[in-house]
Amino acid sequence: MNTDAAGLGRSRAVVFALPALVLIGVFLVFPALWTIYLGLTDYRLTGLAAADPQVVGTANYTAALGDERFRSSFWLTAQYVLGSAVIGQAGLGFTLAWTLRGRRGTVRRVVEGLVLLSWILPGSVVAFLWIALLDRDGGTLNALLGTPGAAWLLDHPMLSIIVFNTWRGTAFSMMLYSAALENVPVSHLETARLAGASTLQRLRDVVLPQIRGHVLTNVLLTSLWTFNDFTPFLITAGGPEGRSEILPFYVYNTALRGGQLGFGAAVSFLILLINLVFALAYLRLLRNRREVAV
Amino acid sequence: MSPEPAGDPDARPGPAGGSEPRTPPGSAVPVGPAPGPRSPVRHAPVRHALGRISSAAFLALVAAFFALPMLWLASAPFDAHPSITVSVPEFTLANFRAILANPYAAGSIVNSVIQAGGAAVLVVVLAALAAYALSRVRVPGRDVLLYVLLLLSSVVTGTAAMVPIFELATRLGLVDTHLGVILVVSGGLLPAAIFILKDFMDATPTSYEESARVFGASPAQILRHIVVPLVRPGLATVAVWAVASVWGGFLMQYILLRDPDKSPSAVVLFTLYTEGGQPDLPLISTFSLLYSLPVVLMYLFVSSRYGFRFHGGIKQ
Repeated sequence: MNTDAAGLGRSRAVVFALPALVLIGVFLVFPALWTIYLGLTDYRLTGLAAADPQVVGTANYTAALGDERFRSSFWLTAQYVLGSAVIGQAGLGFTLAWTLRGRRGTVRRVVEGLVLLSWILPGSVVAFLWIALLDRDGGTLNALLGTPGAAWLLDHPMLSIIVFNTWRGTAFSMMLYSAALENVPVSHLETARLAGASTLQRLRDVVLPQIRGHVLTNVLLTSLWTFNDFTPFLITAGGPEGRSEILPFYVYNTALRGGQLGFGAAVSFLILLINLVFALAYLRLLRNRREVAV
Repeated sequence: MSPEPAGDPDARPGPAGGSEPRTPPGSAVPVGPAPGPRSPVRHAPVRHALGRISSAAFLALVAAFFALPMLWLASAPFDAHPSITVSVPEFTLANFRAILANPYAAGSIVNSVIQAGGAAVLVVVLAALAAYALSRVRVPGRDVLLYVLLLLSSVVTGTAAMVPIFELATRLGLVDTHLGVILVVSGGLLPAAIFILKDFMDATPTSYEESARVFGASPAQILRHIVVPLVRPGLATVAVWAVASVWGGFLMQYILLRDPDKSPSAVVLFTLYTEGGQPDLPLISTFSLLYSLPVVLMYLFVSSRYGFRFHGGIKQ
């Protein structure tokens, strides 16, 4: 069947699509490709190498892999993603969806509203709210716990940003699992319960097989977003002494603040590759189901 | 993965009855099978009560955890002498007047409006044109192209591409311009926008377009007068989503703009200090509230008007 009811024709279709494609090409595709080239040079923001950058081959990559700070940053990133995206957001999001299922009324609306609000407020605002919450001298948390002077951001920077990001992003997982749990037949759960299955057994044997696809979608997406989130930079800036310097902050600090653009581009390329793995896995999953999970 | 049962009349999450969890799932407390030959039915009331109590306690705790950081945003802006601790405010609206007097704070809202509005207009117009063309005309490799673009937009994030984007903007003379921010963020938003709008356009019948064509309308007229009104919900979704992501966006604006006169609220928020070098708490809290309000209102508008349909891969 011919869908071109307006008689657009192929040439006019190209004209219609071209502006968007050019913009995507220049500001999305080209930067990605250019990273590969920049990562092979000793390009710097200032100085001699800024005027006349030289191709140094894979020197940036070997330098990165040999850099203690990079390795520690990589390890911190793994902790951050695992702790806040997989355990924090997906775990809390599922627990909330499970606890709220079948509930209607005020309790559900209030809890969901608060969780959603933490998700939609602008990043800068929530970052400052957490700085205020965790402040050493007058922070609300210290006032509440009766621990005046506890410097959460200095003593536990990773824990702070992991809890922060859990708070920030749980809404997505909660909504996704709420939708997923609607597809689990209540009769199956009821049968399992009458047969004496405990909650954990019912979760494992009745719920999990039904929502496996959603879990995978959820973990992939929240990991990808968490891995690429720059918001916690406003809370710790990677400090103190690099103890919360996850990869995005490492790139910013070395490349844009430290001026080592070539080196930063090499690390950026590694980030791109990791993103690509996550995104390909997600798209594969999506294509298997064709419909978006939520 | 297992196929989902369709049309099961029991698939609604009805009143949960006694099926509440005794402990929050995922907690470390092991919930083994009940010891001995006790019937689970006989113990149902006890189990039920325990379940209700533990789930209520869990929900209260979660609500407190999520509300706690936000209390300050609700109290400090109205406090005559706000500190960093949450307290019952000594009520005043003077802080809101002070915002208007601060040139950076008020100006940054204007900058945010320019950048978010500009990007939203650009994204909606270009994505609608491209989506229409891709929806109606069979170009070889179209589906692959769309998938690749969508893939790229989630892979080439601001975090991953900040170095080349900064360098590109520098060479094109786009640093410290609104246009630079608008073009860079639009490039990232467009693939998902095209994808969403193409879905909407695929779903509209082509018969209206055929009739219009019979009466001699040009493709541009057909798009403007027939297709656009039909896919208005899609255009609104994309516009709101674009505004919200640029309004709240930080990284690109932070690296592309050095001049505080051009910086949007997201960046300026962190520069509001008193002469003494301390964060200006009355200003920051009030400003945060004003700056957050549009996003919250937009969210409420969209969710009440269209229901909250959100698409898996596009929150940035």
